[in-house]
Amino acid sequence: MSVRHALLALLSEGPKYGLQLRQEFEARTGEVWPLNVGQVYMTLQRLERDGLVESDDEGEDGPQKGYLLTELGRTELARWLAPPPDTGVPPRDELVIKVLIAMRVPGVDVPKLIQAHRRRLVGMMQYFTRLKEDAREDEIGLLVVADAEIYRLDAVIRWLDSAETRLRNLPAREPSAPEPSVSPRRRRAGVLR
Amino acid sequence: MSAVLELHQVSKSYGAGPTLVHALVDVSLAVRVGELVAIMGPSGSGKSTLLTIAGTLEDATSGRVMVGGTDVSNMSANDRARMRRRFIGYVFQSFNLLAGLTATENVSLPLELDGTRASTARAQAREALGGLGLGDRADHYPDELSGGESQRVAIARAVVGERSLVLADEPTGALDSLHGEAVMRLLRSACKGGVAGVVVTHDAQLASWADRVVFVRDGRIVDQTAPYDRSERLAVPGLDR
Repeated sequence: MSVRHALLALLSEGPKYGLQLRQEFEARTGEVWPLNVGQVYMTLQRLERDGLVESDDEGEDGPQKGYLLTELGRTELARWLAPPPDTGVPPRDELVIKVLIAMRVPGVDVPKLIQAHRRRLVGMMQYFTRLKEDAREDEIGLLVVADAEIYRLDAVIRWLDSAETRLRNLPAREPSAPEPSVSPRRRRAGVLR
Repeated sequence: MSAVLELHQVSKSYGAGPTLVHALVDVSLAVRVGELVAIMGPSGSGKSTLLTIAGTLEDATSGRVMVGGTDVSNMSANDRARMRRRFIGYVFQSFNLLAGLTATENVSLPLELDGTRASTARAQAREALGGLGLGDRADHYPDELSGGESQRVAIARAVVGERSLVLADEPTGALDSLHGEAVMRLLRSACKGGVAGVVVTHDAQLASWADRVVFVRDGRIVDQTAPYDRSERLAVPGLDR
């Protein structure tokens, strides 16, 4: 979540004070992403430094200082909202690497490791489901953000499920059997064996 | 609060000799009034067997099953059937509504079978349907209802009357995510209203509606989440409330 771009979006509606920006940010993200005051002002300072926003006076930074979006800021916001041109692979999840490495380390109970992570992820999912349950129907920001977290967690849990099933279905390898050779494609994907 | 459902070291085996299959091994579980417990596991993990045994539709090979404090293995088949009709509600993936009966009649049928007067049973059924937002669909037949509405009728049938235990097997079935969510909200509120609930599923999103998630593998309970604590705050990156 880019605080920077969220602030630009709020300023695209018109000039606003620092305090107002913080309150509106929290209201629209359903208070799931509360900001501390410092974070808002620091981000605003950087936006101003980069020429994306302008402040209305030379006074001290604070809740009463007003900000408005520059043309450059408007362009940056539009660029960010458009689908990213980069078609590269998203960064690899740390958990994927952890499970891959665990499979290679002798004596590690991989299903147990997978279950420990699954329990934690389901616990987090319960947290976001409870947020949804307690939310009013018109708290759309909160509902949408909670859904986003739930689907993200769900994807990881499903991946853990399939990793576990693949491990269970694996025929036991003879201790003396040679390591299967690594195909060029697998080498490219960076998969360890 | 007292446990509505208790399983004590319940095991279930099918077949014999070389074809012997242990569907459940030493499963112990207690579900209290007001609590919704999810049993989560992959296909073939024994979770549906656990549900049919908890619902007294099937006998355990060993161990004890207590419903409302009564050991069901000591009950006659008749007493057990009566107890099942009166106190246990089921929600299945395929809604299992009777096509020739209206929504109200589907809900009132188990009450009438149990000896409740038809007019009383119908009134209770209408009240249950109204509570689930189906007041205006009460006289419709199943083929006139959407999937989400049909499942709400099935839930009304499961919680109507004096039901104290609701058992659900993948209750959101083929419903889309928001209709599935609505079904889980209804099960939650049924539990809060004084029923104990058990839902079996392979789906983490469904399971996350429960107060407690129990993980099953190869017929055994291998793990569970701590009972959900509402006062707890998660340390999630970007989320520090």
